[in-house]
Amino acid sequence: MKIRVAVSLKPGVLDPQGRAIQHSLEGLGFSGVRDVRAGRLIELDVADDTSDAALDEMCHKLLANLVIENYRIERVAA
Amino acid sequence: MIGSFRAAVVTFPGSNCDRDMAVALEAVSGTPPLRVWHGDVELPERLDLIALPGGFSYGDYLRSGAMAARSPIMRAVVDAAARGVAVLGVCNGFQVLTEAGLLPGALMRNAGIRFVCRDVTLTVENTASRFTAGYCSGQRIAIPVAHHDGNYFADEATLDALDSEGRVAFRYAEPVNGSSRAIAGVLNAGGNVLGMMPHPERAIESAHGGSDGRALFESVIGGLVNA
Repeated sequence: MKIRVAVSLKPGVLDPQGRAIQHSLEGLGFSGVRDVRAGRLIELDVADDTSDAALDEMCHKLLANLVIENYRIERVAA
Repeated sequence: MIGSFRAAVVTFPGSNCDRDMAVALEAVSGTPPLRVWHGDVELPERLDLIALPGGFSYGDYLRSGAMAARSPIMRAVVDAAARGVAVLGVCNGFQVLTEAGLLPGALMRNAGIRFVCRDVTLTVENTASRFTAGYCSGQRIAIPVAHHDGNYFADEATLDALDSEGRVAFRYAEPVNGSSRAIAGVLNAGGNVLGMMPHPERAIESAHGGSDGRALFESVIGGLVNA
């Protein structure tokens, strides 16, 4: 089973990388980009019987730092 | 007396200030520290101080310090910290301590995006801790920084608690990396764990261009010997 974990900075946490990307987009002539937030996409291939609780635990223990980040788990249809 | 001081320096794959830390500890205590590898599951017995050095452990994969914080030796470090053993984390070592949950907050990419490598001025905020007793309150000291992810972040409630409990050990006296409330170093609630981004081990003799870091090692070593 394929799982995608999207890790993103919490709202309100300054994202210097996102801001730099925004400035670069402006430099390329793209107008109207109000905000950019950069995150991380982690793809896992796990046993089919892996529970939601186990996936949550993976995020809490390693994949995300909950001091600054949120995560979203998505089960990808085969 | 000082010869009985027992320190250990932990080396992770990608640590690069472990030797600097060992040299500083030996220069001040007179005893070379023991060396511990990240894959070890036990620390040497009767340690007075555990030092987590700077560097780029595990290539900063996932997040700075994240992989090192889950390495086998860190379980022993967490246990030792709970028993009151002094733990000093510098730069990447500070990142490891926050990722391991031994210190609150997180260290994010510098607000200015760039790697910052220069001497900075710090203000000593807390002179009651075993790491900072050798400084004067409000003293300004020059210590080098060299980091990309030194932007200290914690929520407002945590920052208020750190301030009210006197757990901010050092603040930057100049703009460096965008840290919340200019925090450069924090203590745990017990006062036995210190994490800081600046490198005191790179400022212990005049040949380094300054020796303002020496008092930190003298504090923690002297305090333990006299305890």
